[in-house]
Amino acid sequence: MSTVNIPVTSDPEGLTCPTSPIGDPAASPHENVIAQTARAAADLLRRSSGAENARLSSDRHLASPAMSAQPQLLSGDEAVAPAALHARVRLGTGYPGTPSTEILEAFDKLGGRAQWSPNEKVALEVGLGAAFGGARTLVTMKHIGLNVAADPLFTAAYTDLEAGLVVVSADDPGMASSQNEQDNRHYARAAALPMLEPMDSQQAYDLTLLAFDISERWRIPVILRITTRVCHSKTLVRPRASQAETPTPGFRRDIQARVMIPAYAKPAHHRLRHKLAEIAAWNDAEGPSRVFPGGPGSDGDLGIIATGIAAVHAREAAPGARLLAIGLTYPLPLGTIRAFADTCERLLVLEEGDPVLHQALLAAGIPAEGKPDMYRFGELNVARVRRILAGDQTPEPVPPKGKPPELCQGCSHRGVFEVLRDMDCIVAGDIGCYTLGVLPPFSAMDTCVCMGASIGVGLGLRHVLPEDQARRVVSVIGDSTFVHSGLTGVAEMVYNPPATGHVVLILDNGTTAMTGQQEHPGTGRTLSHDPTGKISFEGLARAMGVQNVHVVAFNEADGTLEALLKDLLARPETSLVVARQPCVLAAPKIRFHEKAATDRLQACPSSLVDD
Amino acid sequence: MSKVINLVVAGLGGQGVLKASDILAEAAFRAGFDVKKSELHGMSQRGGSVSSDVRFGDQVWSPMVPAGEADCLVVLDETQVEVNRGVLRPGGVLIGPDLIAPGALKNKKSLNVALLGALSSHLEIPEEHWLAAIRANLAEKLHKANEQSFALGRAAGRF
Ligand SMILES: Cc1ncc(C[n+]2csc(CCOP(=O)(O)OP(=O)(O)O)c2C)c(N)n1
Ligand code: SF4
Repeated sequence: MSTVNIPVTSDPEGLTCPTSPIGDPAASPHENVIAQTARAAADLLRRSSGAENARLSSDRHLASPAMSAQPQLLSGDEAVAPAALHARVRLGTGYPGTPSTEILEAFDKLGGRAQWSPNEKVALEVGLGAAFGGARTLVTMKHIGLNVAADPLFTAAYTDLEAGLVVVSADDPGMASSQNEQDNRHYARAAALPMLEPMDSQQAYDLTLLAFDISERWRIPVILRITTRVCHSKTLVRPRASQAETPTPGFRRDIQARVMIPAYAKPAHHRLRHKLAEIAAWNDAEGPSRVFPGGPGSDGDLGIIATGIAAVHAREAAPGARLLAIGLTYPLPLGTIRAFADTCERLLVLEEGDPVLHQALLAAGIPAEGKPDMYRFGELNVARVRRILAGDQTPEPVPPKGKPPELCQGCSHRGVFEVLRDMDCIVAGDIGCYTLGVLPPFSAMDTCVCMGASIGVGLGLRHVLPEDQARRVVSVIGDSTFVHSGLTGVAEMVYNPPATGHVVLILDNGTTAMTGQQEHPGTGRTLSHDPTGKISFEGLARAMGVQNVHVVAFNEADGTLEALLKDLLARPETSLVVARQPCVLAAPKIRFHEKAATDRLQACPSSLVDD
Repeated sequence: MSKVINLVVAGLGGQGVLKASDILAEAAFRAGFDVKKSELHGMSQRGGSVSSDVRFGDQVWSPMVPAGEADCLVVLDETQVEVNRGVLRPGGVLIGPDLIAPGALKNKKSLNVALLGALSSHLEIPEEHWLAAIRANLAEKLHKANEQSFALGRAAGRF
């Protein structure tokens, strides 16, 4: 077997992320903390470079006596869930999105109370209400979900919470399953909210606990930014014991802290900046930064500052270098960073995505190298980190292309895209499994931008295209996507109808297939598949004033859909068609859940109402 | 032991690549190693290429196997061999689907476990941990067929 030479330079004891509950804020006022900062930073460095290095542990997860349970092999997502449980989270809300989806599913399986919301904005608003009401709350979403939730996020930052609120932003550098690779570290700065970034599953667990402590101590929402590789890689996690029971939720009136009219928001903004200054000082003094001493090797004069998964790649690519891995990446522990920088001859910042950390160091007057711009695209890995270290900017080897995904055999979307292709429609598309309708043999999608955009984009095209083209425009949207952000598009269609009318086609396959078959308000089942209220798309469209509303149980090529579309496209009216046929992969499970619900109803007719 | 063993399992969505790497990672974990396992999912249901990295040793840092450093590559579909070959180090072992004679498996879906059996003959993980990992990751009604497939692959792997 080959040898990848990784010296056993484990984390010296005591450098693991401190996750003990934070003390009373009054005990460490701002000024004191700053005074402690230089000492603590120096202490951190001393511990990392001195004689204690001899005391190497072969298992870096064995560090703290507070850790009790046996280690488990968990993905980053799976590690956030038990942390939420141990942090006594009372409610988890979110909207599915790779790579975040498994967090709430795992939390539900562990017995936590978890709910899918129609979209991320609503999920965050529900979470905020719960936190105002005194319940610790976890809100999860993928990176672009935070765009949807940005409105409540920015002003929630001004409020004072009653209990911890942690927002998970699961970023997708490299776009394994997303339409962009935006770097949500910008949100921490823009909204002025603390951000934690785990490098592996143990840290996903630890930093989730810490996030609740920070959130509660400073009464501020905290963002846990976790990336695809961390979400979906399994590494060892040693969970800790559950924290003490938190106070029972109850309403406490605090109007000035929660009603953001200008009169109250102005002082609130000052409060927010003051909180951040305190958190920065705390981060320097006691934050979850870790220093890994340089092992034997030739990189002795090199220091690396890294965040998230870049830290473990760095450890492997440059085992001889000293490494400062920052856990609380906003507000930064600039004192710790400065002290570390002073001890290095060459200092390199390693971060996935945008040069956020590098620019922050330069702005703070800390000279450091960043990565060449070509490494801003895609994920980092050990090979790329080696290239960055060597200053290699030659073109990277292109890995051979694998087989692209395609719609399953028997998928209900197939027949729809055959019809749209054969009718030469101009298709304003949307996001879901059905986006694969863009690929051959269909090539039947012309635009796809973000969830819900199909309707607005379709209307825009209709307004400006010459009539013969305008009449070919159809907006195609999935059922989960329609609930997420299609309703306002329909309102627009009714309110500002194009001269040629318009046709919206909802592909209702009874599930959120793309992200692994989650329930949504149109399925009539909760996250844990129990029966609940169900939204009728056709009823909704009629109530909103759409002129023609049709439902087709779409079965292969029997011509029904084609004939209907031909008719509707010829009318200068607004139309909405629900093409209904379950996702073939989800169908057996849907039948199972439906049967379970009927059985329950028969056993106890009132059960649907009671729980 | 300070070296890290690098393994890659590859195939097409629906073939059980991720299940195989789960079993593999768990077997190494049960044998007392530090283990990391990594893959990207999301599209895996829809028949596209899927691959999963598993690394184990005293201490593993990055969860991803660097290209050209895999000790063994297990491939479940013939069409995916060339796509993935680049992950192997010089002299690394390729375990392909052709190792198992057509018709040899009672349950065709257990090809993933059969190839794990072949892989197991190249690794220092005691058999008991493999079997425990198989049982922990599969429904009970599948245990017997998969144990048989594993044994068949393990015998075939000793080439
Ligand atoms: C703002 C935002 N949140 C979440 C996602 C992840 N996501 C992509 S498509 C989709 C829904 C797909 O469900 P549906 O519309 O029912 O189509 P299907 O996949 O079932 O065909 C989700 C949740 C996203 N792309 N953007
Ligand atoms: S998972 Fe369902 S919706 Fe997605 S491609 Fe397969 S059958 Fe179609």
